[in-house]
Amino acid sequence: MTNFRVPGRGRVQHGKPVTFTFDSKTFRGLEGDTVASALLANGVHLMGRSFKYHRPRGPVSAGSEEPNALVGTRRGKGQFEPNTRATVQEIWNGLQVNSQNKYPSLKFDIGAVNDRAYMLFSAGFYYKTFMWPKSFWDKVYEPFIRSAAGLGVSPSEPDPDHYASRYLHTDVLVVGAGPAGLAAARSAASAGLRVTLVDENAEAGGTLLSEPQVEINGQPAWTWLASELAELEKLGVRIMTRTTAIGYYHQNMVGLCQKLTDHLKTPDAATPRERLWRVRAGQVILAQGALEKPLVFDGNDRPGVMLAGAAQTYLNRYGVRVGSRAVVATSHDSAWYAAFDLAEAGTFVEAIVDTRQEPRSDLVTEAKRRGITVLAGYTVTGTSGRLRVSSVRVNKVQNGKVLEAETLTCDCLLMCGGWTPSLHLFSHTKGSLQWDPEAQTFLPDRKTEDCQIAGAGRGLWGIEAALTDGRDMGAACAKALGKSPAVASVSVGNDRPGTGVSHTELPTDLNPGKARAFVDYQNDVTAKDLRLAVREGMRSIEHVKRYTTNGMATDQGKMSNINGLNIAADALGKPQPQVGLTTFRPPYTPTTFGALAGYHRGDHFEVTRKTPIDGWAEAHGAVFEPVSQWRRAWYFPKPGEDMEEAVSRECRATRASLGIFDASTLGKIEVVGPDAVEFMNRMYTNPWTKLAPGRTRYGLLLGDDGFIRDDGVIGRLTNDRFHITTTTGGAARVLNMMEDYLQTEWPDLKVWLTSTTEQWSTIALNGPNARNLLEPFVEGLDLSDEAFPHMSIAECTVAGFPSRLFRVSFTGELGFEVNVPARYGRALWEKLFEAGQKYDICPYGTETMHVLRAEKGYIIVGQDTDGTVTPYDAGQGWAVGKTKPDFVGKRGLARPDLAAEGRKQLVGLLTKDGKTKLEEGAQIVFDPNQPIPMKMVGHVTSSYHSVAAGRPIAMALVEGGYSRMGETVYIPMPFGTVEATITGTVFYDPEGERLKL
Amino acid sequence: MLLIRCPYCEETLPEMEFTYAGEAHIVRPENPSDMSDEAWRDFLFIRSNVKGPHFERWRHSHGCARFFNAVRDTVSDRFLTTYKAGEPRPDLASLLSAAGQSESEK
Repeated sequence: MTNFRVPGRGRVQHGKPVTFTFDSKTFRGLEGDTVASALLANGVHLMGRSFKYHRPRGPVSAGSEEPNALVGTRRGKGQFEPNTRATVQEIWNGLQVNSQNKYPSLKFDIGAVNDRAYMLFSAGFYYKTFMWPKSFWDKVYEPFIRSAAGLGVSPSEPDPDHYASRYLHTDVLVVGAGPAGLAAARSAASAGLRVTLVDENAEAGGTLLSEPQVEINGQPAWTWLASELAELEKLGVRIMTRTTAIGYYHQNMVGLCQKLTDHLKTPDAATPRERLWRVRAGQVILAQGALEKPLVFDGNDRPGVMLAGAAQTYLNRYGVRVGSRAVVATSHDSAWYAAFDLAEAGTFVEAIVDTRQEPRSDLVTEAKRRGITVLAGYTVTGTSGRLRVSSVRVNKVQNGKVLEAETLTCDCLLMCGGWTPSLHLFSHTKGSLQWDPEAQTFLPDRKTEDCQIAGAGRGLWGIEAALTDGRDMGAACAKALGKSPAVASVSVGNDRPGTGVSHTELPTDLNPGKARAFVDYQNDVTAKDLRLAVREGMRSIEHVKRYTTNGMATDQGKMSNINGLNIAADALGKPQPQVGLTTFRPPYTPTTFGALAGYHRGDHFEVTRKTPIDGWAEAHGAVFEPVSQWRRAWYFPKPGEDMEEAVSRECRATRASLGIFDASTLGKIEVVGPDAVEFMNRMYTNPWTKLAPGRTRYGLLLGDDGFIRDDGVIGRLTNDRFHITTTTGGAARVLNMMEDYLQTEWPDLKVWLTSTTEQWSTIALNGPNARNLLEPFVEGLDLSDEAFPHMSIAECTVAGFPSRLFRVSFTGELGFEVNVPARYGRALWEKLFEAGQKYDICPYGTETMHVLRAEKGYIIVGQDTDGTVTPYDAGQGWAVGKTKPDFVGKRGLARPDLAAEGRKQLVGLLTKDGKTKLEEGAQIVFDPNQPIPMKMVGHVTSSYHSVAAGRPIAMALVEGGYSRMGETVYIPMPFGTVEATITGTVFYDPEGERLKL
Repeated sequence: MLLIRCPYCEETLPEMEFTYAGEAHIVRPENPSDMSDEAWRDFLFIRSNVKGPHFERWRHSHGCARFFNAVRDTVSDRFLTTYKAGEPRPDLASLLSAAGQSESEK
């Protein structure tokens, strides 16, 4: 294999070889190489297949904008990443790299038949092809598209790496450590500011790394760079490499993704793979430089066809010649220098083909001096070579006419269509852009954030211009932050300033309809596709983009957007600024989910709230379910029991003797103050004035629209103190709503609201033996039914713990809820459980709680109601204080639609066969024989197997349900239609005798 | 992430501490039962939905827990000012001219 490494050249460590594999074959590179530079040094250009046509592709760039050379990298078990850019990934001994989008092999790929059928796959192909017949969508089209679409394959194992996130506050954030960024950082730091300088590359320097010939202040570029970096460190500048500014958000917050371990063979286990930084900066300096544009011509995607600037980077930074026989095709002066550098390094330059009739004379002279043929006023009309370019077809253009073709032999074609200022981050801020007709590009215009754009990012060209502008912008930021910066002069030698022109697709003498002239390499969009989109009626650039997918790949159109715009504008016959640019969106480069998730994964994905009794439940084999953020015991299976058996046993035991339930998650709010009762009257539907201290009442909370928001039992402790309970999931919402009314509508009320949910442990005892168990523990209270009847509250001690005791029931059995300070919850639970053994006490979970309450027709807000249910719809009209002048929701209830006949009302349902348990959420119809789509008249809200009723029971919201008692409704299910009878919602002890024991 | 000044804490803090709470200066009528259906509908549902400076409510949920008012430009997301609940609407013209001045300084 030919070696394309140039001894002694570049910043790679020539004495330090590194081996890695590409498609299982071992390759040798050098320390400091990327995958791309190492493969190119081995003469390998073919690195992948394209997305749609499976065309062979090689790297076209040398940076993060790379659209073609996407590879899969494996660093270890579970550490597989698809779509890694080979131009960015640094190599280390043992790195495994695989090519993508090929079968069976990269050199022979079956999917490449798509390329032969390209006429079928034009713009809008998906929209046009997969329309009919409709029935084909599920079974044919979608599976086909799903298997063919996508770049690479997703990782299949959990990611063992960890990811970190941090905040950073800095006076000045400089994005990009090229000459402009370095100079800006120096200005700002010299003025005494805290400066952070970030760059996505492995080392700082930017263009300077590719242009070692430059002399700055009399020093060679790389010597100057080293001393400048040392100086910045001395000034306290935080320099972060391998760190990409992925997004620019409001008020100068910039998101950074710092890659910490991907370049290391054996990273320290404690080091996160990536760290996401949220940086808040006083001033931001965008010094991101410019991206080189390809030229658009037939066959411009063949491996070996590459941006001239990239070739220059591979040579000067990595010491790699990208070929031994080069043709350079350009519309900009910069590519001439790439040709000169390559010629000097031993590559034979076949010709410099410039689209301009009269290139700069000094460049022409210099080319001639080196014996390089110059073809000025030429166009490129094709390339050939199966897996690597082998020749280029060029034609002289005279007076707009494309003359006869000439063929140039080569193994690489270096192109340059000019440069695009990198405006992505600036666009994130909604900063506006202005079209520069001379440079044929957009430049930053009106700013919305405290930022400056420096260097090539605002259209300046050359190292001296970048250094000067960076210095001045750094000084401007310092001034804006109240500092007076000193400004030093800069002198630059061997600079390579230049200009160029911009093109649509290059003119050709061949049928342009057959040209495979790519604009967006990653999404396989050609110039023809863009023109077709315009012909088919797309007028807005946003439509053209979506129809063709130009600029929609993971590279976000870094190379393709301006070429695409030029072509669309030409096809529309409008100037570019009238056609406009599509919006760049974060992230700047593809970012891992790991970095974005940071610590919030696995157990830390969300807060898990646990009650003080949770540990006991876990030790006693509870199965848990999440209820809002809480983890609640769902049921307590005994060995061999499934859920249904466990729940049946728990239900039976509670109704027969005694059940114990952890109700600590109930929301609790303490309402205190001289106006507490007035506040309660205004918030809840119920009247509270006459509720005596020591008594409780079921409270119903509406929104002002009249719909049920929450419910719960509320105790009045003293004249000015209420203990509210809310639903588990509603606690925060209810407190927020109450605070809203109190603070903003009724600020005159003297009331204080305090969340006490986590201050109390709540243990519910239910069953005929509840009092027998509790009585011996209670001091200072007579528990008899006469002294402490159903719906009472009292303060007392239970087992020596201070307690608020409710006599209340959510099961229909004799029930008590003991509230003790949270720290005593578990101790009390254990005492009660031990003493309860003589009553066969049974711990039960939320599922049994649900069944027992449903047997009694007690609703659960959010399950039996859904935000469109009034108290009357839910059978809770009795809880509405009709004589009160006002409460939240009173006026809402009088809205015509809420008072209308035939609303959906909560009823019971019993399936006719007595065996089928309905599915919660199942839709209900009156007539099962009507044509589809049937008219749905309601749905099942709750459904359980009831031990007490000896059959399945259900509740449902049904249109006009109250007037349909005894009628039959139908529930169509995949297995057949179920018949059910409408009943009341109370299935057990309708007289409530068991509450009065 | 926005930075928001809490007029009660008198500190500028990250958006994460705050919760949006709908349009401001919509006062619940003294006697809702006297309202026509149309007026009550407007109170419940009809909002100005402006493009530009919007009077709106925020709550410093993870701080002092107070509700307060703000004027925010819905196009740029920029807060023009914040003020305590119950205070009158600030004068929009002077807010905008103040914002325009700081804009032109950039």
